[in-house]
This record gives sequence, structure tokens and C-alpha cells, in this order.
Amino acid sequence: MKSSKLIILVTSLLVILQSACNGGQKTEIPSVMDNQPGVLNIMTHDSFAVSENLITDFEKENNVEINFLLSGDTGAALNRAILTKESPQADVFFGVDNTFLSRALDEEIFEPYNSPMLVNIDNSLRLDLENYALPVDFGDVCINFDKAYFEENQLSIPSSLSDLLLPEYEGLLVVENPATSSPGLAFMLATIAEFGEEGYLDFWSDLKANGVVVVNDWESAYYSNFSASAGKGNQPMVVSYGSSPPAEVIFSETPLDDAPTASIIAPNTCFRQIEFVGILKGTQQRELAEKFVDFLLDVPFQEDLPLQMFVFPANQKAKLPPEFEKFAQIPDQPAKLDLDLIAQNREKWIQDWTLVVLR
Amino acid sequence: MNQRLKYIRMAPAILLWSLPFAFLLVFYFQPLLANFRMAWQATTSEVLASISLKVITQPLFFTIWQAILSTLLTIIVGFPPAYLLAKYRFVGKSFIRLLTTIPFIMPTVVVAAGFNALLGPKGWFNLLLQTFFSLDKPPIQIINTLGAILLAHVFYNSTVFIRVVGGAWSQLDPKIEFAARTLGASPLRVWQKITFPLLKPALLSAILLIFLFNFTSFAVILLLGGPKFSTLEVEIYIQALHMLNLPVAGLLSAIQLLFTLVLTILYTRLIKTKTITLTPRDPEEVAKPIKGWKQRSFLVGTMSYLIILFVAPLFSLVLRSFLLTDFSRNLDGSTGNRFSLVYYQELFLNRRESLFYVPPIDAILNSLYFGLITVGIALFLGFLAANVISSRSRWGKLLDPILMLPLGTSAVSLGLGFILVFNTPPLDVRSFPLLVPIAHSLVAMPFVVRILQPVIASVPRGLKYSAMVLGASPWRTFWQVEFPILFRAIISAALFAFTISLGEFGATTFLARPEQPTIPIAIYRYLSQPGGLNYGQAMAMSTILMIVCALSIILIERLKLPNIKEF
Amino acid sequence: MLSVKNLHKEYENQPLLRGVSFDVHQGETICLLGRSGSGKSTILRIIAGIEVPDSGDVYCDNQNLKDIPVHKRKFGFMFQDYALFPHKNVFENIAFGLKMQNLPVDLVDEKVNSVLTKVNMQEFRHRRVADLSGGEQQRVALARALAPEPRLLMLDEPLGALDRNLREQLMDELRLLLHESNIPAIYVTHDQEEAFTIGDRLALLNEGIIIQNASPEDVYKTPKNAWVAKFIGLSNLLEGVIQSTQPLIVKTRIGDFSINTKLPQNAKLGDSIMLLLRPDALSMTDSNLNQFQAQVLDDIFLGNQWRVKLRMSDLEFSFLVDEPISIGSIIKISIDPNQINLLQDEK
Repeated sequence: MKSSKLIILVTSLLVILQSACNGGQKTEIPSVMDNQPGVLNIMTHDSFAVSENLITDFEKENNVEINFLLSGDTGAALNRAILTKESPQADVFFGVDNTFLSRALDEEIFEPYNSPMLVNIDNSLRLDLENYALPVDFGDVCINFDKAYFEENQLSIPSSLSDLLLPEYEGLLVVENPATSSPGLAFMLATIAEFGEEGYLDFWSDLKANGVVVVNDWESAYYSNFSASAGKGNQPMVVSYGSSPPAEVIFSETPLDDAPTASIIAPNTCFRQIEFVGILKGTQQRELAEKFVDFLLDVPFQEDLPLQMFVFPANQKAKLPPEFEKFAQIPDQPAKLDLDLIAQNREKWIQDWTLVVLR
Repeated sequence: MNQRLKYIRMAPAILLWSLPFAFLLVFYFQPLLANFRMAWQATTSEVLASISLKVITQPLFFTIWQAILSTLLTIIVGFPPAYLLAKYRFVGKSFIRLLTTIPFIMPTVVVAAGFNALLGPKGWFNLLLQTFFSLDKPPIQIINTLGAILLAHVFYNSTVFIRVVGGAWSQLDPKIEFAARTLGASPLRVWQKITFPLLKPALLSAILLIFLFNFTSFAVILLLGGPKFSTLEVEIYIQALHMLNLPVAGLLSAIQLLFTLVLTILYTRLIKTKTITLTPRDPEEVAKPIKGWKQRSFLVGTMSYLIILFVAPLFSLVLRSFLLTDFSRNLDGSTGNRFSLVYYQELFLNRRESLFYVPPIDAILNSLYFGLITVGIALFLGFLAANVISSRSRWGKLLDPILMLPLGTSAVSLGLGFILVFNTPPLDVRSFPLLVPIAHSLVAMPFVVRILQPVIASVPRGLKYSAMVLGASPWRTFWQVEFPILFRAIISAALFAFTISLGEFGATTFLARPEQPTIPIAIYRYLSQPGGLNYGQAMAMSTILMIVCALSIILIERLKLPNIKEF
Repeated sequence: MLSVKNLHKEYENQPLLRGVSFDVHQGETICLLGRSGSGKSTILRIIAGIEVPDSGDVYCDNQNLKDIPVHKRKFGFMFQDYALFPHKNVFENIAFGLKMQNLPVDLVDEKVNSVLTKVNMQEFRHRRVADLSGGEQQRVALARALAPEPRLLMLDEPLGALDRNLREQLMDELRLLLHESNIPAIYVTHDQEEAFTIGDRLALLNEGIIIQNASPEDVYKTPKNAWVAKFIGLSNLLEGVIQSTQPLIVKTRIGDFSINTKLPQNAKLGDSIMLLLRPDALSMTDSNLNQFQAQVLDDIFLGNQWRVKLRMSDLEFSFLVDEPISIGSIIKISIDPNQINLLQDEK
């Protein structure tokens, strides 16, 4: 009997606490003005992160309440936007990347916006000149390697993708499945950029012969297979991001002088993923949406990007945090492929790749 | 006049019993059909032409094959503990029962990490074997093989078998078996003619549930099986969310559903029409203390492999959450490890002042909140549904197979369906937080029904009638007669509903608002960034999840009937 | 035919059976009588083979049953709550033991029908067990135990769950059946009336040992000690001290009693001893012996007699009389010295 009472007590406590804590995340806007605050809905993916004060400031300045719809990974979020395009669930969509951009544009989910902030954006990132989708950040998918391992075994850093076929690197690389992983797809695209549509399968066939390990997702590759991560796996080379080495420093339990990992940034070894924002077609809050897009492209948010989402700012005026300056390497010649080419052949490329590498 | 009166009086009852149907219609069939319609609309002749039969048959066959293997293994692994827990009283009994349930709630991402820590190339087992036998290479290479998939499935689903079958077994009157023996039946024939037939409903229920779980298993295949293995669910995920190819995803989804329907119809046929009226015994009565070396060695043997299978991976996670690895290498190249609470402390800090920082307390409260609501919905609707099915009316025969369908439906398809249907207020994600526990209930309800239904069917009708004849209203009859008999089954069902909700990840990512994250979502956020602190926090959060789950289970199991000592 | 020798068993670290021994002879029904929890069912389970004693043996036809498993012993067992197989109907339940003997189908049929007739349940052949009333289930359970023609039948409080009328009716039927079938039987009960009706012999179990093992008549006429007396319903007990042996006089707190019955063997002058005043001991005549004053407390009508409750000094006694005596009246009574039992010490 005592336990039954205890349960009722705990349950009521929970309900009370729950409703009390629920207010925790939302910011209250003091009604300085008489008019009700507008509501702006931002649809994005689960990896979205931003400093709380930036959003609070924006809300105060513009008398608006911002709601985020975190919708799964990039593909899931985009799917959601496409599926609901007739009656859009949000005003702004952030997070479509260059591998999906063509598809997003074909589905006509965006309204164009010529933001004044675009003048500060690196031109090489502006893949949609009609400004339906505006670039916000980029990340380079690069091979990270375990510095200590390389030192101990006196290995030299591979200077090209072809180097990975050398016998001294046998079994030392783990990659992700392009069918199930975004960095995996990016890396495969890099190999297509380097070896061409005719040659990339041969490269992969050789790479397979050289013992490459394939897993399905970045978490497994990085935390289970990579030797320099907390998981202490077997492979000292992993397909990850150029921002991973500084992340290792920032998120280290003990202060570090040097990053334990570094990226291979030889030409065409990294693939540049660019993230775009767009105003969703049919929005009722066009003005506020424009302001938000400007906000995303402006220096304060752009400078916040590296430490929140571990990507690089598209705005050339934005400064990088010191850890990034020290430990992030930005390749001069990242691999790039034509958007439409990607959209058309992506499925076929993945299928062919699967046949060669996995079966 | 009389007929009409009769219907009017029956109206509230009819409304009540139709609630499970209504629930399924609104929250299952509606989104599912929306998803299929969308896929159909997007299907063009080009798409149809590009689909090769292999895309369908290969994943289908592998899905069935691994599901069968996994289920068989789970039965074998689960049998001794089920028997042990049903028939004997011993020190550590509740611990074992609790231990085997915890895997059920663990997000696969975390389990994968745990298995790796144990069985990976640098895992403890391999290290032990390598030093012991002076081996060059790690002998156990199980990650990314079929073995890993099977192992993980057994790890997750054993509890279903142990609780469902063990629970039924513990209420079986041992005198019936005793009677059979005095009539000349050897132990084998007692099993054959008496025990097995009486356990059949529970056995079939457990097998169906486990098979469906294995059939729609996703994260285990993806993370522990690796790229070489593809099931229907993985293919649907890839097609829908990576290739944005809804027609193919829809087709695979439909096939998956069809197969599930065949299976559930087969199941309802196997559970024969004869209802067996059993007066369930108090499990405390049935359980005997362990005597003799044969029984003792059975106990020790079973507990050993249970501890290895269940404790070891979980323990390695817990350990990892307290172990601080120093990157500063010592002179001899080794890295130091020391005990530290830094990961737990870090959980409570929002260093980057990120908007979506998840305070652990919030995550715990949210998870518990959703869990309790799921229990409420699933128990209520599940009980109604179980009654409808037990009554063996036309409606019951219809409800039975379709009730199980959510278990065999792709979470991705359902999630997309939800997005399609529930996108305008007041029933959209923003304004209707209950969408999350509703989605959880879709999975939990079949469980509740399968657990309650055999017990409801076994309540001797005579008991109910005698109560009513003595003047008890249907409500009082329920409380005084049926409820005490059902009590243990209700507790078991509530437990499953609760743990299903606690560990649910897939639907929750679609439907949860960022202000209401659950513990699995928090864990996933930590694991999607590099860095020792992130990894450690994920482990710490997982440990917290385990503790929350364990405490809740202990609390629920302690619930005793208020006035009735022995029913 | 069956010989139980010196059974010892502990239950939860407390001694339950402390050396139980008795025999069952061919054709007789022995009633194991004792309070609930005294270990009667445990004895049956040990005999059946489902439990193992801490020490002691069970012999059947001079063969030690120690290593013979339950299903080879050929003992019939009937449970208090019947334990019928819920997934089989009446016929299948009864046929079970015969099927285990691998008898051909028509023989099974024949035997089942025959035993169904014996218990008057022919029309119930194909009924589901759940649809039977208590008494009907009873009979099926009995038929099931009898069908394979066991060499010993054990009945564990078989009438316990039935109402009074049904119990009396079935008691008679059982008695007849057991005698007809000539199978030796051990009948366990806590109900003294049942035991007297059914048993050829009674074995009274208390504190782990058989206190008295004798025919119902002998037990009734000469109960061995106070516990047995109380158990079989003889409650007029009185403590006393042996004052003289020839003639036999016992001094009690309500007075001295002259006694005409036998003195137990070990009793000597000066020993304390227990007196049992039998129900028929009340005499209203003016006899000189054992005269007392008593107040009438109550008269209870029994049908063919009355039971009168008297108070003598501060003790209450019950006696059987032909006519009631007015309640409240103070009367002079005398106790027949032939109707006084001297009981041994309970130890």
C-alpha cells in the first residue's frame, strides 16, 4: 500500500515539475509594445545549434517568438519540407546541403530572396545564383588521422586519394556507407571528382582490396573504429570533418596543447558540404523571415557557428575562434561536383558503389 | 421499444469498446494511408521501370532469415531464466528479472558502444583472450557480422520471453503437473501433454512479439550489422530519407506490412478457439527454494551466462562514464585512466550556452512524463481491446490481427505519415505534445493486449456470474473479481509500456518539440559530435537512463494489491 | 501393503515431521487426521514421491520406494482443489492415466465408461471441465485417480471445498466406493466427522508424530491424550492428581473423583493426570459417588438428544441428556465413574 501511495505522490510531483520546467527553454518576451509578438517557425535538422543569447536578442529586437522544428537528419528534414510544401509547417528552412540542393530547387519549396548580406559571402559558395537558397556555412568532409599513431609507426601522411591504396595503409582507413551517411556520401563524391565517373569504381575496388573498413554511420566510424577518439578503435584514419580536430581539443576532458588528430587536405581529398537557408514558399511572415535570413548571414551568428555546429562561416568577415585558427585546416582545393550531376546520378552511383564495395 | 432501450443502455459500453478501433483508425491507419497515397502519387512509370525485383527480394529474404534466427536464439537463451524465475525462489531473483529488462530501453547507439567496448577488436574480451593465449590478432571478430546482429537481438528481446512466458509459467498450478505425474506421466510427457499446451498462449504471444521486433529492427542492423546487411526497414530508411525516393520506400513499406498481416493472421489461427480457464496461482506459492546440487548448478549456470550477456555490456558503459582517459601519454606510451565525475558534472553545464542544451533533469522528467502517459493510454486502450478480443465476437476477430500491425510497420513510414496528417493546429506537433506518447502507445498497446488477453480469457466465467448474482454491479465485479486476478498481468504490461516509451527514439525525433527532449534524444546529440567530453557525457546520460529505468521498474514491481493478500 | 517408517522433515528450518510411522493394509482406508499445517499433505507428497523426506523410508510391498520416480509408483492421488486438466474435457481427464499406460483405444474407452458409471457421471463425458460444479469436478477427480487401477489411493482433503450437504452426501458415496474397489487408501482430513465416517482406522497426527493409531471406535472410547480428546470433540477435560490407586481416586480443583476405568500404565500415586468426563457421564440419580453442584448454562437441541452446558465451579462442561434442564437452575449432579477416561500426558 505504501508503494501505491508513493507512486501517486511521485506522479503528481512529476506532473508539477514537468509543467514548471517546461517553461525553461522558451524565452519570454516582455510586451514592451502593445502589439502581439509575431511567430516565426524555423524548420531545420537535429544538428542545429546556436547560442541562446543570440536568439533571445533577435527575438527582442524584432518582437518575434522563434520556434524551431528539429526534424531528424538532413534527409528527413528535407523530406518533411517537401512533403508539406502545399501547407508549409514553417517559414524558413535551414539545412539543405549541396548534395540535396538540386532536389530542393526542383521541388520548388523556396521563395527567392536577395539578401543584402550576400555581399559578404564567399562567392564560391553561392551555388544558386537566383538566391532561392542562400549559403550559410560549409564544412569539409576530410580524412582525419591519428597523429600519435602515425608518429609511432613512422607513417607519412597520404598526399592524395591514390596514396590510400599503398600497402603501408592497408586496413587503416574506415569510411561510411554513402547510402546511409552524409559524410560517407561526400567522400564518395570526392572520389568521383578525383577519378571521374569511369575510374572511381576501380579506385574503390582497389581500396577494398587494401582492407578499407566500411560502417554505416559516422558515430560508429568515429567512436567505434577511430583510434584517436574516446572509443579507441583500430583504424587511425577516418572520414570525418575538417572541424573534428578542433572539436577534439575543445571537448577534451583535460586541457590539450595540441590536437590529437589532423585532416588530410591534399587536393581533391576533401569534399565541401555547403549548407543553405531558404524562405519557404507560402510563408505568411515574409518580412520576419527575411530578417532571420539576414541574421543567419550576419557576423554575430556566423561567428557563433564554429563552436555550436562545428562548421565554417560563409561570411568572409566572420572571425574564427582560436582553436579553429590553430587546429582546423581548410583545404585549398576541395573536391566539387556539379549540382545537377549529383542530383541525376546519385542513386546510380550509390548502387554501383554498393555492388563493388559491399557485395 | 425494448430493443431500442437495450441499445440506448448499451451505448456507453459500445462507445467504450470501440475506442481502441478509433485510436488505431486516427493514429495509425490515417497516417499510414496518407504515406501510401503520397508514395503512389509520386510513382511514375520511370520509377516503376527502375525498380528491379532484387531490390525487394534480397532485403525481404534477409529480413525474414535474421528474424527467424534471432527469435530462435532468443527462445533458447530465454528459456532457462523463464523457468528459473517461475519455479524457484532464490537470492538475486528480482535482480535478474530487472537486469534482463534494462536492455529493452537502451538506445542502440549506446548498446553498440557497449558491445564494442566488450567485443570490439580492442574490447575487453579480446584483450583478455589475447593476453591469456598470447595471440597476435584479436580472436573475436563479431562486430559487423551476422553474429553481432543476432547477439544484439537476443540482448534486447530476451526480457520479452522471460517476462511473458515466465510470468505465465509462474502462475501455473504445479498440482496439475503433479497430478499428471501420479497418473503415470514421465517428466517429458508431463511437458508434452500438460505444461506445453497450457503455456502455448504465452509462448505464441512472446514469439510473435519478438519476431515482429526482430523483423522491423533497424538500428541494430544499421550499427552493429554494418553495411553488408540490409533489411526492409533499413532499405525503407535509405530510400525515404537519403534517396528521397518515396515510391520505392512506399512499396517496401507495403510489402513489410503485408507480411506482418499474414503473420498476425496466422498467429490468431494458431491460438485456438478453445479458451482455457485457469485459476492463476499466486507466484509466491508456486516458487520453491533451490535444493540439491543439480538445481544449484542449473541456477549458477543460468545466472553466469545471463550476467555475461547482460551485465557485461551495460557495465562497460557505466564504467566508461566514470573513467577519465588522459590523453597525455606516459613514458611507456600507455594512457592513464582514472576515476572521475567530470562527465556527470559536465552534463549540468551549458558551456556554449547553446539554445538546445538539454539539462539532464529536464530530459529525465520529460522521459518519465511521456512514459507515464504512454502507460495510461496503452493500458486503458489495451485493456479494452483485450476484452473485445476475449469476447470472441466478430469485432474481436477483426481487431486481433490489425492491432499488432503497428509493431510490424516501418517507423519511418509511420513518421512520415504523421507529418503528412498532423501538420495543422490543434493537432500538430507544436500544439499537441501528446503526439509523442501516442506514437509510443502504438507500439506499447499490442504488448499490453498480448499480455492481458490470455489472462482475461482465463477468468472463470462462474466467478463473474456469481458476483453479479450476488448483486455486484459490473464495475464492482471488475474491481473485486477480475482485477485481482489480472493484477500481475497489468503490472507486467505497464512495465513494458513504460520501458518501450523510455527507450523510444525513432518516432520521438520526428514528433518531439525541442523544448521537450527525452533522454535518448539527449544521448544522440552528444554522440553526434567528436570529443572526449561528448562521448563521456553520452555514457553518463546512458547510465542515468539505466538508473531511472531500474528505479521505475523496482517501484512498479513493488506495487501490491491494496487489500487482497491472496486472490 | 504400505509401510511408512520414521519420516523426518523440516520446513523452513522448523521440524515438521518428527518420526512419523504407520502402515496401510490391503483393503483398508486409513484416515490421517490432524490440524491444518500439521504436515498431513507433506506426508502424502512424500509417499507419492513428489517430496523427499530428510530421513525415513517408505516401503510398498516391502520394496523401498526411495529411487522410484513419481510416475512409476502407481499411486492414485486426489487433490483438494481437484487439479483437473483445464485443457481437456471430462473423458480426456479420466483417460489420461490409461493413456500413459499405452492401453489400446477401445480398452481405454471401456475403462473410462466403467469408472464414470461408478461415480454417476456418465452424461458428463464430453463436458468441459470449466463448466462443472464443485461436486461434479470432485467426482471427475476421483474417477481420474481410480481409472488406472492404482495400488494405493491418496486423498488430500477431497471434500474440503464443498458445502455441508454435498459433503455429507459425497462422504457416504466415497465410503461405499472405497470399500467396493478394495484399494487401500490414505484419506487426509482435519474434519473429525469425515474421518469417523470414512476411516477404517484413524492415525492422529500432532506435533510431527502419530499420537494414536486405532479404529474410530477405539479412539472415541479411549483417546490417548488430551489433544486427541479435544480433537475428536471430547472437551470435558480436567487436571488432577492421583490421590489413591485402590480405590482409584483423583483430586481435582472442583473436587474428588472416584474412577472405575483403567489407569494408564506408567501412572502412579501422586502423579498429575488428565481426566476426561465423557458426554454420557451425567447422571441425575442420587448416587453417592462424584456428586457436584452445577449451574445450567445452556441447552442445545441436537435432534435425538440435548447437549447441556454446565458450570461447575469456574469450569464449563458439556453432556448429552435426553431432556433439557432449565437454564440457570442450580442442580445436583453425579458423574458416572465408568464414564471417566484417564488420559496420558501429552508429551
